[in-house]
Amino acid sequence: MLGFVIQRLWQAMIVILAMSVLVFCGVFAVGNPIDVLISPDATQDIRAQVIAQYGLDQPLWRQYFTFFGRMLQGDFGESFVYNMPVTQLILSRLPATLELVLFAVVGASLLGIPLGMYAGYRHDAPAAKIIMGLSILGFSVPSFWIGLVLIMTFAVQLGWLPAGGRGTTASLFGIEWSFLTIDGLRHMLLPAINLALFKLAMMIRLARAGTREIMLTDTIRFARAAGLSEGTVLVRHVLRLIAIPLVTIFGLELGSTLAFAVVTETIFSWPGLGKLIIDSITSLDRPVMVAYLMLVALLFVMINFFVDLAYALLDPRLRRARA
Amino acid sequence: MTQPLLEVSGLKTHFPTAAGIARAVDGVSFTLGRGEVLGLVGESGSGKSVTGFSLIGLVDAPGRIVEGSVHYGGRDLVGLSTAALRRIRGKEIAMVFQDPMMTLNPVLSIATQMRLAIEAHERVSKAAARARSVEVLARVGIPAPESRLDAYPHQFSGGMRQRVAIAIALLHRPKIIIADEPTTALDVSIQAQILAEMKALVDEIGMAMIWISHDLATVSSIADRIDVMYAGRIVEAGPVGAVLRSPRHPYTQGLLESLPSRTVPGEELRQIPGTTPSLTNLPNGCAFAPRCPRADTKCQVMPVESAAAERTWRCHHPETQRSAA
Repeated sequence: MLGFVIQRLWQAMIVILAMSVLVFCGVFAVGNPIDVLISPDATQDIRAQVIAQYGLDQPLWRQYFTFFGRMLQGDFGESFVYNMPVTQLILSRLPATLELVLFAVVGASLLGIPLGMYAGYRHDAPAAKIIMGLSILGFSVPSFWIGLVLIMTFAVQLGWLPAGGRGTTASLFGIEWSFLTIDGLRHMLLPAINLALFKLAMMIRLARAGTREIMLTDTIRFARAAGLSEGTVLVRHVLRLIAIPLVTIFGLELGSTLAFAVVTETIFSWPGLGKLIIDSITSLDRPVMVAYLMLVALLFVMINFFVDLAYALLDPRLRRARA
Repeated sequence: MTQPLLEVSGLKTHFPTAAGIARAVDGVSFTLGRGEVLGLVGESGSGKSVTGFSLIGLVDAPGRIVEGSVHYGGRDLVGLSTAALRRIRGKEIAMVFQDPMMTLNPVLSIATQMRLAIEAHERVSKAAARARSVEVLARVGIPAPESRLDAYPHQFSGGMRQRVAIAIALLHRPKIIIADEPTTALDVSIQAQILAEMKALVDEIGMAMIWISHDLATVSSIADRIDVMYAGRIVEAGPVGAVLRSPRHPYTQGLLESLPSRTVPGEELRQIPGTTPSLTNLPNGCAFAPRCPRADTKCQVMPVESAAAERTWRCHHPETQRSAA
C-alpha cells in the first residue's frame, strides 16, 4: 500500500509539471496582457517600464522558470485586475464553490443511488418507470434553462427562496461558509439543486444498470438461497458490487463540477471560482487564469488519488495487484 | 412407509417468453426421504435446475410456479409468503451452485459472507459467528480455517471456493441440501474429492440431498435413487443401481451409452441424435419421440407413468429384455 501511495505521488508530480508547462504556454498564446493593462495613449517609455516590471521582456523559458519557482512557494503573482495576490484571491473564492459543489454532488449521490437501486430492483414497478423518466429529463434539459426556471418559479413567483448571492455566512476555521446559517442554506438550495440534477440523473442510471445486472448473478441467488433478506442482499451485496463505477463517476463529477460550475454560479450570482475565472478570461487576467488552471489540475490529481484508494478499499482483488 | 421429508407433486414452473410459454418444469413429482440422496439427471435445459430453484421459491421472474405442491415439514412451500420462505432457505433447505467463482461475492471476505448467512437466521455475536464459521470450514476440509477466514474468494482455488460455498450451506445444519452441479466447474481430481466429502457430510449430519447433474457417472457414485428428467418431466425414476443396470426409458439408455467410459477404446463415441426440444414448442406426445430410435405413431400421445418394484418410467416402448430390476 505504501508503495502504491509513493508511486501515485510521483505520477501526480509529473502530471502537475506537465500541466504547468501546458497552462503557461497556453495562456501565453492567448494574448498580450499589456494591451489590457495600460492605456493605449501611454508613452513608449512607460510601456517598456511596465513590460519590464512584469518580467514580460524575458524569453518565454525564463518567464516559465520564474513562474515555476514562485509556484512552488505558493506564489502565483498578483492579479492584474484585483491588485491582490492570486493565491489569496482564489482561496477567498474557493470555499463558496467548494460548499456548493459538495452539497450538490453528495446530495445527488445520496439520493440518486437508492433511487437507482430501487429502479433496478423493481424495474417493472410504476415508480421505477417514473424515476427513469425523470432521469432522462435531468440528462437532456440544459442546466442554464433549469436554473432560470428554478429562479422564475421559486424566487420570482412563489418567493420562497432567494434568487442569488450567498446570504449570511458564518466563520469556521477562519473561512466564511454559507452552510452554517439558515439564510446561507436557503441561498444555497436553488443553485445546489440546479447543479445536482444532472448528477442525480447520472447516479440513478448508473445505480440502476448495475443493480439490474448484479441481481441476475449467481452471487445474489446464492445469498438468497442462504436465507438473506432482500434488504441485506441489496445493502451488503449489491451496493458493494456496484460501488466501483459509482465512486468513479462521483470523483469525476466532483472534479469537473468544482472546476466548471460556471453556468450555475453565473445564473445565481454565486461568488465562487466559476465567476472568477469567467471574469479573468474576459479581462485577460493571466495570473488568475494560470493559478486557476493549476488548481483544477491539482484537484483532479487529488480526486483521482482518493478514487484509487477507494477502489482498493472496495475491491480486494485490486489490492494485491497494486501492493 | 414413514412420511417422506419432502414431497413434490405435479410441480409446474413456466416462463412466459416472447415465443410462448416455456414449460421448464412440467409436472414433476418425487419424494425425498430423510438422509436420502436423490440424483436429478438430465441434459442442459431439461428443467433440473429450475426444479431445484422452484423448491425454495427462487425462480427468476417472470417465471413462476403455476401448479403443484412442495410439501415439507407439514407445509406446502408453494404459495408460502416471501418471509416464510426466507426463514426456510439456508436454515432448513440449503443450496449449493455450480460455479463457486460466481456464487461467492468477490468483494466480501469469507468471514463477512458467513456471518451474513448466520445472521440471516440467528442473532449471534461476531465472535460466536467467527467460531462457528471456523468450525464449519474445518468440517468441509479447509486447512487452517482460522487464518483463511479473513481471506477473499479470489485467494482460494476453485475447489476450496466450492468448499467455502458448501460450508455456508451447512452453517445451519439444514435438513436438505440441493446441490446444483456443484462439481461441474471443477477439475476432475477435485470433483472426486468434493464428491467424496459431500457424501461423507451427508452421512455424518444425516442430511438429505438432491444432487442435480448432467453427469451420470457422478450421480451413480453418490445417489441412492435417480430421477431422469427430459423436457421438464421425469421420464424414469428408481434406485440408482437398478436404473443404471437396466434402464427402461430409451433416453436413459441413450445417456448411459453416451458416457465416454462405456465406449470401447478406438470406437466412435456414441451420442443421442438431435438436440433437446424447445421448451416453448413441445410435441403433444412424448417429448423424446423425435430423437428416439423406438418411436412410432403411439408416441404421439403422452405416455402415462408406469410403475413396478420401486421404479417408474414414462414410455410406450420401455426396454424390458434386460429386466434385472
